[in-house]
Amino acid sequence: MTDLATYNFAYLDEQTKRMIRRAILKAIAIPGYQVPFASREMPMPYGWGTGGVQVTAAVLGPDDTLKVIDQGADDTTNAVSIRAFFQKVANVRVTTKTSEATIIQTRHRIPEMQLQAGQTLVYQVPIPEPLRFLEPRETETRKMHALEEYGLMHVKLYEDIARHGHIATTYAYPVKVEGRYVMDPSPTPKFDNPKMHMSPALQLFGAGREKRIYAIPPYTEVVSLDFEDHPFEIQTFSQPCALCGAKGSYLDEVILDDKGGSMFVCSDTDFCEDRQAKGHRGALAPEAGTAEAAE
Amino acid sequence: MRVETQVFEGGFSDSVLNAQNVFRALMDAMANPGRIVDVSDLTTPPAPLTPLAASIAATLFDHDATVWCDRAISGSAAAVGWLKFHTGLELTGDTAEADFALISDVNAMPSLESFCRGTAEYPDRSTTLILQIDSFDGADVLTLEGPGIKETQSFSPSHLPRMFRDQWAANRAAFPRGVDLVFAAKGALAALPRTTRITKTEA
Repeated sequence: MTDLATYNFAYLDEQTKRMIRRAILKAIAIPGYQVPFASREMPMPYGWGTGGVQVTAAVLGPDDTLKVIDQGADDTTNAVSIRAFFQKVANVRVTTKTSEATIIQTRHRIPEMQLQAGQTLVYQVPIPEPLRFLEPRETETRKMHALEEYGLMHVKLYEDIARHGHIATTYAYPVKVEGRYVMDPSPTPKFDNPKMHMSPALQLFGAGREKRIYAIPPYTEVVSLDFEDHPFEIQTFSQPCALCGAKGSYLDEVILDDKGGSMFVCSDTDFCEDRQAKGHRGALAPEAGTAEAAE
Repeated sequence: MRVETQVFEGGFSDSVLNAQNVFRALMDAMANPGRIVDVSDLTTPPAPLTPLAASIAATLFDHDATVWCDRAISGSAAAVGWLKFHTGLELTGDTAEADFALISDVNAMPSLESFCRGTAEYPDRSTTLILQIDSFDGADVLTLEGPGIKETQSFSPSHLPRMFRDQWAANRAAFPRGVDLVFAAKGALAALPRTTRITKTEA
């Protein structure tokens, strides 16, 4: 701990934490509403999760166990860097196991495993305003939220149907929270939207560059926008995971060679590894025991 | 004890981790309305401030927070001095411009309506009321529903503002504008965010 003396616990100074904490409490009290906050510069560029990092730093304590995922994976650059950052500045326990974590910071996925009461999911958000690409002026989008004027969003989804025959939005799919605010769930695949609905875990969203914090309390209604004749649907996959054989998890395509060969594997690495450890095998998985023998 | 000593002593012993501890209790309470969250005494403020209310003040208040205190607290030089020394807060006499309100006598408090509810564009610019009460085993049992509550949650603070059900219904009706309440009892706190509905009251 001696070499940490130059940093405050969890990097941020206490005045900044108080400011973020006040914003988090308001965000929880008004589900789906974007609370402005005085986002600080962090020792990483905007777009690398500075909003999520600030929220995590304000919430984190020495008793917490932190998990960080990037597109579902614990072992990609963003996840590894942020996990190492909090190990260094807060000396907290870290894990890759979803079930062991008290705080999970995520970039663009919700773990496959059902989250539990008492867990907190912190999202890194690039563009918090769901109406931003439809109306660039902040003064106008504020007013639209105030007046609950969301017709434009439905027009956008309708234009998708007119052009493509179906709603072509596949990620950052807009949701309505507790029947009031339309909210951007961050660029998670729409596959994950149903997991937000009535989740037992607290969900916090931090957008560093755009300086907004918002939240969904546990057991809150989160409905994906749709039409009666074009109901909301999630992606489906024609084949199971090639490593663990899971059906019904979100899959990534991995290119295997330059002849068009590829495999589909779970994007949630912890979920996939856990299944493999329990003996589930996909079409391209090594036989049980051979991986250990090779090591 | 001399007023000066009371003012300067009794703050957090570990300002960083104590504040984190109290904040997590507040976040837990706000995310789960009506849930009683235990917090040990981390401060020893002068009366009429209670240790938990003072801990919440030390966790959330600073020079960016405008705070209204009720007459019992603002009338005590030691209590006001403690708050100023340990948090650096900005005091106000106007309930309608307060970010926070600190209330020691719940029976005599102004109506919820007189506090700031925020604007339609910025409903977060509203007052969070911190109410000092004795316990969570009062005579009236409220049944709560809303975000953060799986089915229903019963809640029975020892003190409630007068005509609370009517006042709270009016507060709920103004959503997304409205005030949020934090109840600070001895060693435990609970919260009622503006989203919570009271569906039943039993005496």
